[in-house]
Amino acid sequence: MKALTRPEDLNSLRRDAAASLSLREKSETQTNGQSCGLETGTGHIQVLVCGGTGCKASSSQLISEKFHELLAEKKLDAHVDIVTTGCFGFCEKGPVVKIIPDNTFYTQVTPEDVPEIFARHIIKGERVERLLYTDPKTGLHVSDSKHIDFYRKQMRIALRNCGFIDPENIEEYIARDGYAALAECLSKMSPEDVIGQIKLSGLRGRGGGGFPTGKKWELARKSPGDVKYVVCNADEGDPGAFMDRSIMEGDPNSIVEAMAICGYAIGASHGLVYIRAEYPLAIHRLKTAIAQAREYGFLGKNILGSGFSFDIEIRYGAGAFVCGEETALIHSMEGCRGEPTMKPPFPAEAGYLGKPTNVNNVETFANIPAILTRGAEWFASIGTEKSKGTKVFALAGKINNVGLIEVPMGTTLREVIYDIGGGIKDGRKFKAVQTGGPSGGCLTEKHLDIPIDFDNLLAEGSMMGSGGMIVMDEDDCMVSVARFYLEFTVEESCGKCTPCRIGNKRLLETLDKITSGKGTEEDLKTLSTLGKVIKDTALCGLGQTSPNPVLSTLRHFHEEYEEHVRDHKCRARQCKALLTYSIDSKLCIGCHLCARNCPAEAIIGDVRKPHIINPAKCIRCGMCLARCKFKAISVN
Amino acid sequence: MEPRQITLQIDHHFVTVPEGTTILDAAQKIGIDIPTLCHIDLKGTCIRNTPASCRICVVEVEGRKNLAPACATKCSDGMVVRTSTLRVMNARKVVAELILSDHPNECLTCPKAGSCDLQSLALRFNIREMPFNGGELSPRKREYTASIVRNMDKCIFCRRCESVCNEVQTVGALGAIRRGFNTTIAPAFDKMMSESECTYCGQCVAVCPVGALTERDHTNRLVEDLADPEKTVIVQTAPAVRAAIGEEFGLPAGTLATGKMVAALRELGFDYVFDTDFAADLTIMEEGAEMLDRLTRYLGGDKEVRLPILTSCCPAWVNFFEHQFPDMLDIPSTARSPQQMFGSIAKTWWAEKTGIPREKLVVVSIMPCLAKKYECDRDEFKTGGNPDVDYSITTRELARLIKRANISFTLLPDMEFDMPLGASTGAGVIFGATGGVMEAALRTVYELYTGKPLGNVNFQAVRGMAGVRRASVDLDGFELKVGIAHGLGNARHLLEDIRHGRNEYHAIEIMACPGGCIGGGGQPLHHGHSEVLYARANALYKEDAGKTLRKSHENPYIKMLYQEFLGKPMSEKAEQLLHTHYFNKSC
Repeated sequence: MKALTRPEDLNSLRRDAAASLSLREKSETQTNGQSCGLETGTGHIQVLVCGGTGCKASSSQLISEKFHELLAEKKLDAHVDIVTTGCFGFCEKGPVVKIIPDNTFYTQVTPEDVPEIFARHIIKGERVERLLYTDPKTGLHVSDSKHIDFYRKQMRIALRNCGFIDPENIEEYIARDGYAALAECLSKMSPEDVIGQIKLSGLRGRGGGGFPTGKKWELARKSPGDVKYVVCNADEGDPGAFMDRSIMEGDPNSIVEAMAICGYAIGASHGLVYIRAEYPLAIHRLKTAIAQAREYGFLGKNILGSGFSFDIEIRYGAGAFVCGEETALIHSMEGCRGEPTMKPPFPAEAGYLGKPTNVNNVETFANIPAILTRGAEWFASIGTEKSKGTKVFALAGKINNVGLIEVPMGTTLREVIYDIGGGIKDGRKFKAVQTGGPSGGCLTEKHLDIPIDFDNLLAEGSMMGSGGMIVMDEDDCMVSVARFYLEFTVEESCGKCTPCRIGNKRLLETLDKITSGKGTEEDLKTLSTLGKVIKDTALCGLGQTSPNPVLSTLRHFHEEYEEHVRDHKCRARQCKALLTYSIDSKLCIGCHLCARNCPAEAIIGDVRKPHIINPAKCIRCGMCLARCKFKAISVN
Repeated sequence: MEPRQITLQIDHHFVTVPEGTTILDAAQKIGIDIPTLCHIDLKGTCIRNTPASCRICVVEVEGRKNLAPACATKCSDGMVVRTSTLRVMNARKVVAELILSDHPNECLTCPKAGSCDLQSLALRFNIREMPFNGGELSPRKREYTASIVRNMDKCIFCRRCESVCNEVQTVGALGAIRRGFNTTIAPAFDKMMSESECTYCGQCVAVCPVGALTERDHTNRLVEDLADPEKTVIVQTAPAVRAAIGEEFGLPAGTLATGKMVAALRELGFDYVFDTDFAADLTIMEEGAEMLDRLTRYLGGDKEVRLPILTSCCPAWVNFFEHQFPDMLDIPSTARSPQQMFGSIAKTWWAEKTGIPREKLVVVSIMPCLAKKYECDRDEFKTGGNPDVDYSITTRELARLIKRANISFTLLPDMEFDMPLGASTGAGVIFGATGGVMEAALRTVYELYTGKPLGNVNFQAVRGMAGVRRASVDLDGFELKVGIAHGLGNARHLLEDIRHGRNEYHAIEIMACPGGCIGGGGQPLHHGHSEVLYARANALYKEDAGKTLRKSHENPYIKMLYQEFLGKPMSEKAEQLLHTHYFNKSC
């Protein structure tokens, strides 16, 4: 491919590339419910196989290979394309395979299912019913993803190409208006115009802070200096969050394009992606995208004949959570210890190598080309007053539809959890939802109707964070949940400032005390006062938010904490040390099976007489409970 | 351009400061003393540590969500700051309590007790209980090197040592390793300091606010030696000690306590009290001769001769170039340090004169320095395993010993050093301040080179506290260019230049510690006040000015030493006893 040298070249390239995508695009809108097969008159079929990390881990690569084998065997290569896409988001039901043009959505496909899909669907045009998604509400099969609740309420901007295009083929990205925004900026807009559009769109940083992106760009633009840098923060680290990874795996060119636009806007010719080394697939796709972008002339010298030059290099992080904090990230890229420093100076004034640097998160960048091609007003029309556009969430925990979703700002937690997420697993009762990862907090039943945006979540003691959303049911102990997150922060603290290094450790020790039944009312006070001081005094965002899970659970589930320290009870039965195993003498027949299996020799009793458990010896392993055939053992 | 003046309000007082001033400095300006712990800013030197990490100095800033560290938050126009609200006082106390919860309660036996910044804070914050104690203590190493004791369980992670070791000294021996609660300061890969590039300059010890880094104490050993009737124990005192020891007894910084120090040493039971200044004069004779030799050869067209000549009195500096510049070991002078010259002469010439067998003679040095302890231990300064200087104790250790021996220092009469090794000129005295060695050398080199008497012996251009200073001296038509650097980071710049062939000097003086020996790692703690260093340097120049003899080669006992024993500078005997060689110690 010869690099493009004029913006007009892109239009012709797009027209050529559009053909391969037209089938997919048409099927989005024009399905009639009929399934298509080569024998029933369909000329061309495309099989989209999810190539995200999650589905790959479930052998989706073997699925593609199997399809290829069968196609080669039957010499049908010319009629059927196998396309490896990025993540579809519906990870709960992966691996996902989609058949175009009838838009059939197969879930939990195994390589062994491939011959059947091939023979019945691709050849004969009959759907394989057993692989279709079953609506839990109606019990009926749903063939088209558009009619699955999980997708119905979503609005995909950042994820617009994920699960739709082949991320390793830049032409498919171009066919979806890719690089049009860059061409537009370079040929028709001044850097100030670009910044003006981003400001107008109301886009706020998706990494957690929610700082207005346009303002950030403006600061970097105005900061004096010949050499400036654009940094993409791909150090995604919240437990359970994987939106950035999915975007890089599913639509890497959107990041490349956005970084080039940012470079043009702020006056930088050098971009860096800081990505954790444990994202090998994302790294591979990103590298492929960068190489292709260079080949097509979207990176390099004199891009599209504009005189603007920009290139991107990749820097690997070792996986420290704190390196997601922008100053720590910059220090890490410089080869220094990954720890934050005081702001100001902000990276926009003195960042990488002391030069003005603009750091944006992956999801933030992914929104940029869409804003510029579809217009800032369009973007600003989505969302709430102060939070515009959409937000991607990684939905996890005790929820039916685990996966990656994108919804307009202002969607309520209830819609996310019940409509998209399909409600709580096994019909259990909703207890809380944790948003914002280890920096966020837990929200309860009463918060379910709050429209999700940056400010509303903050007001309730939680935060947007990077978009982790973990749903909990009545079997979850809120003290243990707080303990889990704090353990993560203690593990991930860089150790620089006192409140985070020692304070969080002491908080964790206090929670340990409570969950092991040794807590006192005094400890609850300690949690609250210490937590507040840590928030008030810690150096960086990590430390300032680390007590949130403790403080928010203390606020919303105080009673549960009190039960732990006052009654030494854990209502969710998660805190082992607080459980008491006992034998109902009326039900026990003295079979001695429990005593024989007890590893701690805590059960005594003569044969054929009721047994008893010595609580001092009992290690609460649950072995007796599992072995008793007479339901004589209870746990309280 | 003059910085813009801005006005802010601190605790209801208005204060106007230049833009860029921190809240801490602005508060100080109006007499509000905000407590700090990790922060240090030795103004006028390059010693600075502002990580804003301890969070002791937090204050309330109107309109700001969380508390701001005063040490690193810049003032802005119209800012409203409150430094003593309940919220602030509570936060500071909790932060201090947290630090104490990861700090061993060993104050009673800690060498830093009484001068520990953490202890002072605990007192100031009225901490009477330890609410967070009882938890886990972070795992940290202990190590005894020849000079420095590392007791890292006391480390509060202020990073002052790290800043000094990396930014000021550019040695890079200490840095943060591991993360979170397990973070500690250590050489890379948690090696021992003795296996690292550490130069034992002791600047880390000089800035450590707690007892994590302290000197290797030899006072108990000294007490035993003094009590041994079989042994003759003699002492030499380095020039910088007299200008600082008074501080330990409540005298103002810069008080010259030479006479009282001599009296105290006699009281302690030393058999003879001598002066390292004598050996400093001797150093000038040898180093000066070597310098003249190289210059004469150079001016005679010898292309092989290595210039500039670098001084070699500072043992930390010697360690530094042995570790970091092993390709340039032939540039420094081969002259031993004054401490070692003294030991060598004391255990040969003087011992022979007085008939004391070497094994019964104990030579002790009082030094402002920790590297001197290591230097005593170097094998090349031993004869049959017996060191020329048995051991070195610091100014701080001496002060402790004087207090322990119930000696009322301030009430002591002024006494004189013993002869002959206590005789010195003003040139020897100024060795203790940066530039002093060069000035002393210039006084002698000028006269020896030109054969003319030197009118004004004060070379003002080489004095002062600028990190690198340069001067040129007219030696009868030949312009001698000299340079002075103090602080190893400054030395590194000069050495890198020399390595890359960009040298403008004939001779360079280098001292490892900022300010020279007066700012040594063994001196009374400056607690971040740089005025102390200036006062000490002035004291030395005052002593020099008061001396009748101010040129090393005029010292009558030095003349006697050469006549009776050494012959002339750089004679075979002088080479053997007063010169040394260097080793490649690159890691």
